[in-house]
Amino acid sequence: MAITEDEARKVAHLARIAVKDADLPALAQELNGILHFMEQLNEVDVEGVEPMTGVEPMRLKRRQDIVTDGEMQELILKNAPDAREGFFAVPKVVE
Amino acid sequence: MSDLNRLTIAAARDGLRKGDFTSLELTEACLSAIEGAGALNAFVHNTPERARQMAAAADSRIAGGEAPAMCGIPLGIKDLFCTKDVLSQAASRILDGFLPQYESTVTQNLWDAGAVMLGKLSMDEFAMGSSNESACYGPAVNPWKVDDRQLTPGGSSGGSAAAVAADLCLAATGTDTGGSIRQPAAFTGTVGLKPTYGRVSRWGVIAFASSLDQAGPMTKSVRDAAIMLGAMASVDPRDSTSAERAVPDYEVALTGDIRGKRIGIPREYRMEGMSEEIDALWHQAAEMLRDAGAEVVDISLPHTKYALPAYYVIAPAEASSNLARYDGVRYGRRAKLGAGDGVVEMYEKTRAEGFGPEVQRRVMIGTYVLSAGFYDAYYNRARKVRALIKRDFDQAYAEGIDAILTPATPSAAFGLGEMAGKDPVEMYLNDVFTVTVNLAGLPGISVPVGLDRQGLPLGMQLIGRPWDEGNLLNLAQALESAAGFTAKPSRWW
Repeated sequence: MAITEDEARKVAHLARIAVKDADLPALAQELNGILHFMEQLNEVDVEGVEPMTGVEPMRLKRRQDIVTDGEMQELILKNAPDAREGFFAVPKVVE
Repeated sequence: MSDLNRLTIAAARDGLRKGDFTSLELTEACLSAIEGAGALNAFVHNTPERARQMAAAADSRIAGGEAPAMCGIPLGIKDLFCTKDVLSQAASRILDGFLPQYESTVTQNLWDAGAVMLGKLSMDEFAMGSSNESACYGPAVNPWKVDDRQLTPGGSSGGSAAAVAADLCLAATGTDTGGSIRQPAAFTGTVGLKPTYGRVSRWGVIAFASSLDQAGPMTKSVRDAAIMLGAMASVDPRDSTSAERAVPDYEVALTGDIRGKRIGIPREYRMEGMSEEIDALWHQAAEMLRDAGAEVVDISLPHTKYALPAYYVIAPAEASSNLARYDGVRYGRRAKLGAGDGVVEMYEKTRAEGFGPEVQRRVMIGTYVLSAGFYDAYYNRARKVRALIKRDFDQAYAEGIDAILTPATPSAAFGLGEMAGKDPVEMYLNDVFTVTVNLAGLPGISVPVGLDRQGLPLGMQLIGRPWDEGNLLNLAQALESAAGFTAKPSRWW
């Protein structure tokens, strides 16, 4: 599988990273190099093997579905690039 | 007393308890060493005032008796750990100015034990790299130097390794997703331990690849690694993968007796093009363990070859999802927007200027392998191969192997800038001996064993059974004593 310039543009957009058109050929080439390296995996017989999800065969911990934390609006907003009136502020989303 | 900063944790603990010196004196020695080591670029956010306060508190606690081993010990902390009100930015521009309002479990455990924070240490951006060159602060520099070149301390925990090797601190925290503790330890003649996945809490450690990340100690000796792991590890309800297992006393496991232990030598790690020196050192290390009473046997880990490609599918996939949170809304940097730019432009511009090239590359690779149509071909296949890699280790251990001996890295430290312009895959090859251990969730330790012809340190890796850090450390200490590695970089900085 080879990534074209168009596909590179699509991946960059999915990843929400702005890439200039002029940089797309180099990006596509780099991604292709890495994907080519990954294609070695096709040599492995994985018939009947379950994909590994965790290293320990343990069930994820459960806890009571109750509030254990909170009431820290100020701390949460403290690092925001733009916070107003107790909220995170972003550019206009709906016209 | 001079040169207190050169002490090991064990020696400093004993000296503090005997009253030979105070934590404040020890801390001042480290602070002066840091001040004189700007050229190494290891410490990137210094906290001298906090260090002095913590040292004074530790001194009172020691005077009161019953202080834990880490009490009064000055440490450096990798920039990946969230430390309350102290800049924590994973060496990324996207986290410019980020002041966590909480403390990571690992650092909290260390402060509870009385340890002293000297400041934050450089690393590769978001722990993605093997040379520390992707840090937004510029690379940390290896204190080892044999010619005109400045060498990499390795990565991603390069600042931690450089600081420990140059005696700027007694020890440092590191994190290891594919070798990021063990490779820098090998490049700097220090000891680095990656614990079993789940032994140390990931809470408050900025995430790279959550199924692989694990924090661990970077120290001057194996004993120090045992002491510090004991303080870092805990059962943490805030990390759902933290194991419900009591933390043993790792130092008492250092009996020095390794008779009858079975050490596996995996034939697949004898890579084509591996340097003769590393091959020879590997043989010597096996001999040392045999002379100490261990039995050395050849084993096979047949899927080794596929570990790197599997890793470079799985780690970027997890990273693309973990790093989605850096969007210019809740913390860190937001790009300056043009007239009419909406929220999507804000995300795209913020991430384009906030992430460096390697991080961008990995986020995009991860996005691609998780995207519709490729999920099975890449991501699921890689997870199946991962299961086979783990099965290789399970089988070796089921046959009675106690630990596995391999080189830690395929070469000694290389020059800063030497990999620039090369194919990214070449940099990935640095992790060839270490990634298998993360994929299988096992504990691994790098121990300095000798110098190469140029005079640069080389490390060997021991891989243990899951949750068996005690035995692993005991074997590592046997190797450390037999190798008698005492070389230190001579000061040029």
